Amino acid sequence: MALRVDTLSYAYGAKKALDAVSFEVFPGAFTALLGPNGAGKSTLFALMTRLFETRDGQITVGGVDLRLKPRDALGQMGVVFQQTTLDLDLTVMQNLRYFAALHGLGGREAGKRIEEALDRLAMRDRAAEKARTLNGGHRRRTEIARALIHHPSVLLLDEPTVGLDASARQSITDHVHSLSASGLTVLWATHLTDEVRDTDPLILLHRGRVIETGLTGALRGDETLSDWFLARTGMPA
Amino acid sequence: MTPYLIAFRAIVWREALRFVHQRERFLAALVRPLVWLLVFAAGFRAALGLAITPPYQTYITYETYIVPGLCGMILLFNGMQSALSLVYDRETGSMRLLLTAPLHRGFLLFSKLCGATFIGVLQCYAFLFIAWLFDITLPPLGYLAALPALVMSGLMLGALGLMLSSFIKQLENFAGVMNFVIFPMFFLSSALYPLWKMAESSELLHDICALNPFTHAVELIRFALYLRLEPHALLWTGLSLLVFGTLALWGYDPGRGMLRGKLKG
Repeated sequence: MALRVDTLSYAYGAKKALDAVSFEVFPGAFTALLGPNGAGKSTLFALMTRLFETRDGQITVGGVDLRLKPRDALGQMGVVFQQTTLDLDLTVMQNLRYFAALHGLGGREAGKRIEEALDRLAMRDRAAEKARTLNGGHRRRTEIARALIHHPSVLLLDEPTVGLDASARQSITDHVHSLSASGLTVLWATHLTDEVRDTDPLILLHRGRVIETGLTGALRGDETLSDWFLARTGMPA
Repeated sequence: MTPYLIAFRAIVWREALRFVHQRERFLAALVRPLVWLLVFAAGFRAALGLAITPPYQTYITYETYIVPGLCGMILLFNGMQSALSLVYDRETGSMRLLLTAPLHRGFLLFSKLCGATFIGVLQCYAFLFIAWLFDITLPPLGYLAALPALVMSGLMLGALGLMLSSFIKQLENFAGVMNFVIFPMFFLSSALYPLWKMAESSELLHDICALNPFTHAVELIRFALYLRLEPHALLWTGLSLLVFGTLALWGYDPGRGMLRGKLKG
């Protein structure tokens, strides 16, 4: 199993944000974590990336327990947060080099991997540009390229298309689907149903609980995914 | 090169780059102590008589007296500035990148602290150089001997900033730090006047000054600039570094959830 979350709970004081959340992400699949705003997706991401920690439940990445061996588990993850985490005053290349160094990669090895990652996201000709000059779509591509430098076994993306226009959103969604088709394991959190394909495994999170899991096409049946989502969460997608 | 060394170098380098990009910050960092040195000290020279107390072996001008205090001021402002940038990092999200790196969190924070200290010490030497141009000179070897004292004081004040940054919720709350940390620390210290002078006015204020870690950082620098070691100041500065560093680590511990609400996206 690439990623396994087992009976995970978390509360902000008296307010329960996650309630015994369990799911599995299979290797090489593009798994969608669908949930309306406030469902607990960002809290789940904070726990999966160890920004928060809880003793209530377990997270394993590639069989490694995040709480017991946090550094080994984090080393297997590539993460793209909802909010951009680029240093806008640095160039694309400097941002990538900084990230590579945080993962212990330097010198020629880092250079080789950065070029690979830039090629994969068609960003090589932008390497010398300052992050500030990039548009939203290219900033996201840079962040995805960056998250792949250390060859993670699973890529986590928390609502990565927020704030992008329709064409950039489509392009990023297609890109990550194609990365997954080439063998990368992906967990993609979103509240937008048009980013999910029928062949994608789906986890529906609502009010801190997993209420459905399965293949998207099988789950939605004859309904559109948007109607199916609305019927289960009471919210428009 | 080990992964830790690679990461350390990159974090310090990024701090340096960020400082270079903020020219206003560099100017402000230099102008602030120079105004104190060249304007304030000139005005107060006549008002404040200074006795010969260690490490001084002869009468000194007031300008000479406040040089170590102004080095301390640079490090204090730099420590708070780096705390501000940490809160900013958290709000812009780049703190997440640092904290999700597969390295020991304490090490990552220590690297950040070293980066900030490196910048602070560079500013101190730029200030000492300008003071030298204005004929405010110190023993030549003192410039070298002061380096460990500046590094130690910079680390201590940076750790204070790091600790504060873990407890400050938003960038807007930072003004409070100015009022309740920087000013009391600076004025209730031996930076501008010797402690015996303070005791003449108020024993209580003197005692507060003597407890202030900033006083000890300034004295550590003052003695080092005259090639002397003040063990008491070294001990206090070291202990303060330990306490602030431990509290900062505690503040950034994911299990404590101190970052809850501050990292929510």
